[in-house]
Amino acid sequence: MLTGLTILTVSLLYLLLLFAIAYYGDRRADQGRSIIASPYVYALSIAVYCTAWTYYGSVGRAASAGVGFLPIYLGPTLTFILGWLAIRKIIRISKVNRITSIADFVASRYGKSYYLGGLVTIIAVVGIIPYISLQLKAISTSFTVLLRYPAVATPENLGSTPILQDTALYVALIMAAFAILFGTRHIDASERHEGMVAAIAFESVVKLIAFLVVGVFVTYGIFGGFGDVFSRAAADPAFQKLFTLSAAGGYSDWIAITLLSMAAIVVLPRQFQVLVVENVDERHVKKAIWLFPLYLLLINLFVLPIAFGGLLVFPRDGVDPDFFVLTLPIAEHFEAIAVIVFIGGLSAATGMIIVETIALATMVSNDLVMPVLLRYGRLHLSERADLTGVLRAIRRGAIIFVILLGYVYVRLIGESYALVSIGLMSFVAAAQFAPAILGGILWKGATRLGALAGLSAGFLVWVYTLLLPSFAGAGWLSQSFLQDGPWGLTLLSPYALFGLEGLSPIAHALFWTMVVNVGLYVAISLATTQSMIERSQAVQFVDIFKHTSDGARIWRGRATIGDLRRLMNRFMGEGPTDQALLRFEREKGRRLDDSQAGDAEVVQYAERQLAGTIGAASARIMIASVLREEMHDIDAVMQILDEASQLVVYSRQLEEKSKQLEAATAELRAANERLTELDKMKDDFVSTVSHEFRTPLTSIRSFSEIVHDNPDLGIGQRNEFLNIIVQESERLTRLINDILDLAKMEAGKTAWHMREIAPKRLIETALAAMAGLFAKNPNIRLETDIADDLPTVYVDPDRLTQVLVNLLSNAIKFCNREDGLVTLVARAEVGALRVDVGDNGVGIAKQDSQKIFERFQQAGDTLIDKPQGTGLGLPICRHILERFGGEIWFKSEVGKGSTFSFRIPPVGYAGGIRGSRRAAGADLG
Amino acid sequence: MVRQGLTGERLIGLFLLALLLFMPPLIGVFDKPDLVGGIPVLYLYLFIAWAALIALLALIVEQPQSEEDLAQAEPGAMRDQERDRTTGAES
Repeated sequence: MLTGLTILTVSLLYLLLLFAIAYYGDRRADQGRSIIASPYVYALSIAVYCTAWTYYGSVGRAASAGVGFLPIYLGPTLTFILGWLAIRKIIRISKVNRITSIADFVASRYGKSYYLGGLVTIIAVVGIIPYISLQLKAISTSFTVLLRYPAVATPENLGSTPILQDTALYVALIMAAFAILFGTRHIDASERHEGMVAAIAFESVVKLIAFLVVGVFVTYGIFGGFGDVFSRAAADPAFQKLFTLSAAGGYSDWIAITLLSMAAIVVLPRQFQVLVVENVDERHVKKAIWLFPLYLLLINLFVLPIAFGGLLVFPRDGVDPDFFVLTLPIAEHFEAIAVIVFIGGLSAATGMIIVETIALATMVSNDLVMPVLLRYGRLHLSERADLTGVLRAIRRGAIIFVILLGYVYVRLIGESYALVSIGLMSFVAAAQFAPAILGGILWKGATRLGALAGLSAGFLVWVYTLLLPSFAGAGWLSQSFLQDGPWGLTLLSPYALFGLEGLSPIAHALFWTMVVNVGLYVAISLATTQSMIERSQAVQFVDIFKHTSDGARIWRGRATIGDLRRLMNRFMGEGPTDQALLRFEREKGRRLDDSQAGDAEVVQYAERQLAGTIGAASARIMIASVLREEMHDIDAVMQILDEASQLVVYSRQLEEKSKQLEAATAELRAANERLTELDKMKDDFVSTVSHEFRTPLTSIRSFSEIVHDNPDLGIGQRNEFLNIIVQESERLTRLINDILDLAKMEAGKTAWHMREIAPKRLIETALAAMAGLFAKNPNIRLETDIADDLPTVYVDPDRLTQVLVNLLSNAIKFCNREDGLVTLVARAEVGALRVDVGDNGVGIAKQDSQKIFERFQQAGDTLIDKPQGTGLGLPICRHILERFGGEIWFKSEVGKGSTFSFRIPPVGYAGGIRGSRRAAGADLG
Repeated sequence: MVRQGLTGERLIGLFLLALLLFMPPLIGVFDKPDLVGGIPVLYLYLFIAWAALIALLALIVEQPQSEEDLAQAEPGAMRDQERDRTTGAES
């Protein structure tokens, strides 16, 4: 027979075992030989997700909704498929920032805002308390049910128990003791709770085994296997309905609950605790992402057979389906199995209570109480020497507060609600964190105000659509509030807000909370701008895999390392502080001297260590206080940034300037070189010109002297000498004219009278002008060949004549003395005018061919031969032809004669003519 | 984000498959009160699909190649930073 004493003894023994395991886990952790550093333990600890709600409530829900209970477990499976990408990112972020809770995570992401941290904490406490109370209710009810053994208890004969006989109270107190012992042993919350995790993993094993035992017992002991249970159920048309989704509330509930549980598996405070904070090694995620779904599959395998088993065994006699798991073995008089089931339920409930309480207590102390005390407290707390005691007291107080609140809730309200409805209510509350977290790790633009607005609005809608109705259900508010809305405004009815009907309360609440939460989060984020610290945190969170360095914040600190050490001592205690600083010295390879000024690196390290103890927001306040509030405010940081970017702009301008200078210098150098060259050319020119002038002048002078000194010279001889003087003077004049001509041309000061002409007439005129010269040299023949189809050219006719005369007179000068032949051929060549003037003289030697077109250069040796021209004719010709856009060249063979050729492009030829025209305009102007 | 190799992409693919399997309209195909081997067809479908997804998930992450992908994302992440720096220098 089962007596109350037996059950109590077994329960107490089980809880003692739990304490022992936790103690052992902590001992091993202290020795540095962790027993939880394994992916299997990690996966089992995540299974704290399966609470008494799963254990008892799933069957209850299956009995009325068929597969309606399943999305609560399919959702986490979906999330875990992406776990490696998403969960690992959250873990990395949390480890780098030493994040201790979900409130800390949200606060830290949005610029270490303590308002946000506080808000998240309040939402979590208000939202999760019903969930904790649900565990307590499950324990006390299961205890009462078991106590009635061998009778099968029904809700009617359960009645209510006086407080002092209520097991829930004692369980609550034992749980508080456990949480205080193993949850606040270390003050540094980010230094995980290994003992607790070990105990949780053990509880996960116990509840799984217990559930499988009862599952096998019902399916194969009472019935003949799965097929048997379902086939017998199918015979009853009332049960047949449970085989489809319609019993589960249709698609809307199915989708809503899937989405809810997808979020819940990460954002429920206890899940965040085991999944992220207690994670030993990121690599464990890899195995956990398939082990945990497998665990869920196994624990759900027998839910449906048990549910139908219960329905078949207790046909409509009012046995609470939530406790079929327990009442079935009782009805079959298997007391051992009943006790196993009870222990399994106890482990499911206690596991949840322990982790949830520790997580909530950490949030309450770090993100709610501490910031308030530090910032506004009249206690001058921030000046007290040792705060570890205060911190510990706050956290212990928070644990007791949370658990008792859960107990009060269950006493006042819990009785009127089924397990699953309470759990889902908490899920919707926790789901409010999902947009801020998911947005926070994926979207850099999300702002603090956006998160604040979204979270608070979502929470308020949750209160209105789920919490207030639960009060109504408990009789605190009138039922008419549910049906007709407040003041009879049906539009505001909490289960059909704005006329949205046809959804279950959960789907309805999820829809409206997410509409306002996500809507405001996105809209306000887009409408507001981030502060500097928000920006840097956002970048650090979103790009965690890119930059794992510390988001270098700028502290303009005047604190010494001693100051920092004292600050850390106050919150963390002396031992952990020394250890932390030693670790820092070892990692960075530097010595820390207490009198030294704390540089940014040390300050940041200290802040992170503190964040592990008192949360990011509080740590920031404390650090700022020792730095005498010298942390740059945003304006100062912006100013520094502005100055820095201004400097960048200046230096870029400087660079540009120096580049321009370099270019200018190069140009100048080139110009200088050219000037030097020109100067040298001028010198050469002057010396050549004086040489050219001296030759005729010498002969003029010497002949003039002869005539002057010898008055008795014969008239014939005198005439001869005078003739020479005249000729030399003419030569001089010609020379000077040519020089002036060329100089003018080179200086671009010649007036060009360009016009279109037909070259044939011009050539004939030039030939006519030369007729006299040919007449003087009778042994020189002229042969001409002028084509009729010569193209029109755009030239200065006088200048072109000058070229022809020059070339012809050269040809006459240099052709064979005895049997001279001068040829002139003019024809059209690819549209251009081409003229060749040839002679049959000595030709031009190779060495002269290069310089023949240069000034004062004549073929042959000017020192021996009498110069036969000014030496400027060909340079002038070249100049003129280039001016017309044409070119001049020659071909020569020594002893056989030379041919000078030039070509002028026809009218309309792009290159030459247009250029000439422009130049001509400039010249005339 | 760190390059995940193929493992990351496979996981996303599997997630999409899971959505397809567990969400309407596909789930509606099995939403009938019929029994197959004595078991309601909807229950049978859900549990088989669920088990298959877990098996695929295990298969994907337990591949030797996924070790490499994960190794790239080792804690400490200095390597990621260094890689960023080198690619930065190249570009």
